[in-house]
Amino acid sequence: MNSIQVNNVTKYYNNNCVLNNVSLKFESNKIYGLLGRNGVGKTTLLNMITNRVFPTTGQILIGDEDVSLSQSALEKVYYMTEKTLYLDGMTINKVFSWTKEFYKDFDYDYAMKLSHQFGLDTTKKIKSLSTGFKTIAKLITTLASNAEIMIFDEPILGLDANHRDMFYKRLLESYIENPKTIILSTHIIEEISDLLEMVVIINDETILMNDSVENLLNNAYRVSGLSADVERFIEDKQVINIETMAAYKAATIKGMASEQEMNRILASNLEISKVELQKLFIYLTQEGGKQI
Amino acid sequence: MKIDFSSQVPIYHQIAQSIENDIIKGIYEEETQVPSTTEISLNYKINPATVAKGYNLLVDDSIIYKKRGVGMFVALGAKKKLTNKRKKDFSKTYVKKLLEEADKLEITVEEIIEMIKGADGNE
Repeated sequence: MNSIQVNNVTKYYNNNCVLNNVSLKFESNKIYGLLGRNGVGKTTLLNMITNRVFPTTGQILIGDEDVSLSQSALEKVYYMTEKTLYLDGMTINKVFSWTKEFYKDFDYDYAMKLSHQFGLDTTKKIKSLSTGFKTIAKLITTLASNAEIMIFDEPILGLDANHRDMFYKRLLESYIENPKTIILSTHIIEEISDLLEMVVIINDETILMNDSVENLLNNAYRVSGLSADVERFIEDKQVINIETMAAYKAATIKGMASEQEMNRILASNLEISKVELQKLFIYLTQEGGKQI
Repeated sequence: MKIDFSSQVPIYHQIAQSIENDIIKGIYEEETQVPSTTEISLNYKINPATVAKGYNLLVDDSIIYKKRGVGMFVALGAKKKLTNKRKKDFSKTYVKKLLEEADKLEITVEEIIEMIKGADGNE
């Protein structure tokens, strides 16, 4: 089993509460996006899942094993951290052989193949790499680990458009060939939104959302047109965002438009459109953002 | 295959529609193979579950079928079935919209008929 169960976890740093009584499940073999604004505790949560930081109270299970008690549970996870933790003087080749010591399923040939594709010189030392190539070295190590659970914290830091594209493709390929649980924690939401099956949003010390991308996006729509018409339409609706430009207004509304509402929209010359994941995220997590 | 990521139409629907379009156009002939879900997933960077959902719509309508260990194939009679369906929807999808737009612009039905005749003659 490669699910992750977080049970009533609270985390304080000194007197500062980061996560307050958080419970959620990352289901087996799905691709998750872990989203949240800067400093909301995404990395703290990932560090606790991998037993690098300990919850103040609460418990985390991988499969049915407590991560603070079970080494075998931790060996199922490869965690690509945002910080580069390899020793500066190590060559990439050394990083690969060293990882193989800890992850017995690490595929050295695959790591070399990927290095070639990404243009990473494996004889180079970590300290001589640019930000982008440091990220690439970490991505390749993670993909080649063949771990049942792969966690990526800011996986595309410093990558150019070609390298990002390659990463997304290799990640999907690896997922299709060997289904696994994947967590992508990133601020670049637009690019990954179609890669994801599930989204977890952290906000204000708690889990604001843990749902499929499809459900989340189906539960909001945008209506735009002449200000007065839009205002009449939204009178009895739950509005999560409004944009106004001169006589034009666009409102993002919670819920699904019924057929009757669709007809009203068309009859009153309004336009309906879908809300993108990134926009929805911004609306939900902005100051005074409303729950959906 | 064309997918519009900003469209109101869900991605899995667009995938099904795209394959249907390509069958009607004759890009995928009956009894020949359509792209695998993996190919679509990688090419467009879409979650494989989304692609599978689109393909399931086509399988449910008997437009494509699975050959075990080989891949997905266009069913016999799929093209005829699709053109019939589209013909049935033609009035709803195209004619109704045309009349709505014409109404907005105060174009009469007679004027529309003249335009259609003119456009047809220009071909």
